[in-house]
Amino acid sequence: MAATDAPGAPASGSDGDPTDDRSFADRLRATGARRIALYAALVALVAFYLSPLESGLMTAFKTQDAFFRTTPFAPPPPGGFTVEPWFEAFDRLSTGLINSALLAVPATVLSALLGSLAAYGLTNVDWRGQIAVLLLFVAGVFIPYQAVLVPLTRFWTIVDLPSLLSAFPPLAAKAGIIELIVTHVAYGIPITTVLFRAFYSTLDDEMLEAARLDGASTFRIYRRIVLPLSGPIFAVTLIYQFTQIWNDLLFALVLISDPNDQVVTLALNTLKGSMVQQYNLQMAGAFVAALPTLLVYVLFGEQFAEGVAGES
Amino acid sequence: MRRSIRRLFGGGSGNSDDARPDGGTVTTGRKSALALDGEFVQSLPFWVPPALLVGLFVYGAIGWNVLISLTDWSGLGQPDYGSLDLSMYARLVSDQSFIAAFRNTLVLLVAFTLASLLVGLAVAILIDRGIRFENGFRTVYLLPMSLSFVVTAIFWSWMYNPQVGVINEFLRAVGLGALAQQWISDPRFKLWAVIFALMWQFSGYCMVVYLAGLRAIPTEQYEAAKVDGASTVRMYRRVIIPQLRASTTSAAVVLMVFALKAFDFLFVLFGDTPGPAADILSVMMFREAFSTTNWAYGSAIATVLFALALGVIAPYLFVQYRRGEL
Repeated sequence: MAATDAPGAPASGSDGDPTDDRSFADRLRATGARRIALYAALVALVAFYLSPLESGLMTAFKTQDAFFRTTPFAPPPPGGFTVEPWFEAFDRLSTGLINSALLAVPATVLSALLGSLAAYGLTNVDWRGQIAVLLLFVAGVFIPYQAVLVPLTRFWTIVDLPSLLSAFPPLAAKAGIIELIVTHVAYGIPITTVLFRAFYSTLDDEMLEAARLDGASTFRIYRRIVLPLSGPIFAVTLIYQFTQIWNDLLFALVLISDPNDQVVTLALNTLKGSMVQQYNLQMAGAFVAALPTLLVYVLFGEQFAEGVAGES
Repeated sequence: MRRSIRRLFGGGSGNSDDARPDGGTVTTGRKSALALDGEFVQSLPFWVPPALLVGLFVYGAIGWNVLISLTDWSGLGQPDYGSLDLSMYARLVSDQSFIAAFRNTLVLLVAFTLASLLVGLAVAILIDRGIRFENGFRTVYLLPMSLSFVVTAIFWSWMYNPQVGVINEFLRAVGLGALAQQWISDPRFKLWAVIFALMWQFSGYCMVVYLAGLRAIPTEQYEAAKVDGASTVRMYRRVIIPQLRASTTSAAVVLMVFALKAFDFLFVLFGDTPGPAADILSVMMFREAFSTTNWAYGSAIATVLFALALGVIAPYLFVQYRRGEL
């Protein structure tokens, strides 16, 4: 669909000048050559973008002996095929996978919900000075996390979550993960607010005004009108945030000390450090850790693209 | 639904409509600023809780970080806020490893941003030529953006393997075996190897931003250029690319800020000591604070990083604000 309305599409034959057969044929040939060059460039780019994944995938199926003998992007040679690295990688990363899921799912949902509320309060409810508050949210998107890292660890030392949660043993056992959830929610709010705001500022003001005149409360308008319309932007935000939180290493690195709380990026980094020469295991581990985000990306690529585009 | 997503898509990446030269006109769908105070009170429950979280974790923490950088806190104890001075910053100026890290950070910032923008623009133009399977190509080009830096660093450490890595194998295959290098252990190439890999990961993002910009340019302009007999290259250089300024600016801001905070990729590749050739401020900050517990010194480096980021985003946000595009 997009291909047909794309501007600058070269003549596909129909709009050539039919009265001049010769030049039409020439033009078609010239166009053909240019088209071939175009597709050749596009395919070369596919090779460029996929080669690290392809060679990683092939290597993950090779035995230790095979991957040092063969070209990395070639399939495993006869006798050099193995699935052992996948089982071992999964085994080493399984705790991390569970912890990452326990972290990423609640943190994603909470940050999206809070972003939606903030964007509504700062966009569709009109009051003086909201731009100033909004500016602080937008600037928050661009903060280098290094600038908050030392206070962040200090904060979580002072706020002793395990003892605060001691009344709820199951939660206290996962205090490290809960710290990470709160942290990711807090630093995720700026971007989720920006994404929701871009969407909410396109909502029909007259419709909301009409509801207001009918006596609907601010909360009721959100609950009955704005929230039901937010489906598409929730999809974009949830997918973007899930990918960000699942993929993060830095916060986990400084906040997680208990090995039982290791998230998958931490576990994968440890695996890389301890299995220096076992590239097949490293590659299988990378794929196992990336699988959830890859799956989300393949299923919801369009929404992911909108999320990253909305970042700017 | 489709239309609103489009608007978000275009608006989010600053399409060319936004770059109208009429400066001060504030173009928003919002009502006048003279609203009832009742609205303000009613809006509070929605934005105050998130604003408190952001205020505490972002702005509170930034202030706290500056405060810590003025102490001489190190080791296991607690910061002493009683005696504050600039000694950590004085130490920065004479620290050779800080100067090296600062220089590398700037090299990374400039080279990575330029490379990603150029490649992203080229890919976007190719994609925009009315090709088939457009979605498929786009999906492949953006795919690296969905991966964790831990994952991509593992892939690239294998790509750059001197004996059997894809890069060197490829160079040998095309007869350029003499160019094969120890890409990530030779100090001459380390930083460039990182920049190339990050470009691989981020150029897809630039493509998305540029593609939204290209799609916002009215078709008539392509037609007009064609009628004028302009060649394709000339048309892009003279007509199309100048209109992508807004896309370039917003993508460049995101890339530059990323370059300042890039950490995960280098950390997985080199640990906390990439060596003077590839050390950057964000890694140095982590090393000083979390490996050697020089908390105050690490905070001072973090403050420098924050100031650099502010230098990038403040003018950008100011212009956005003036145009009423926030």
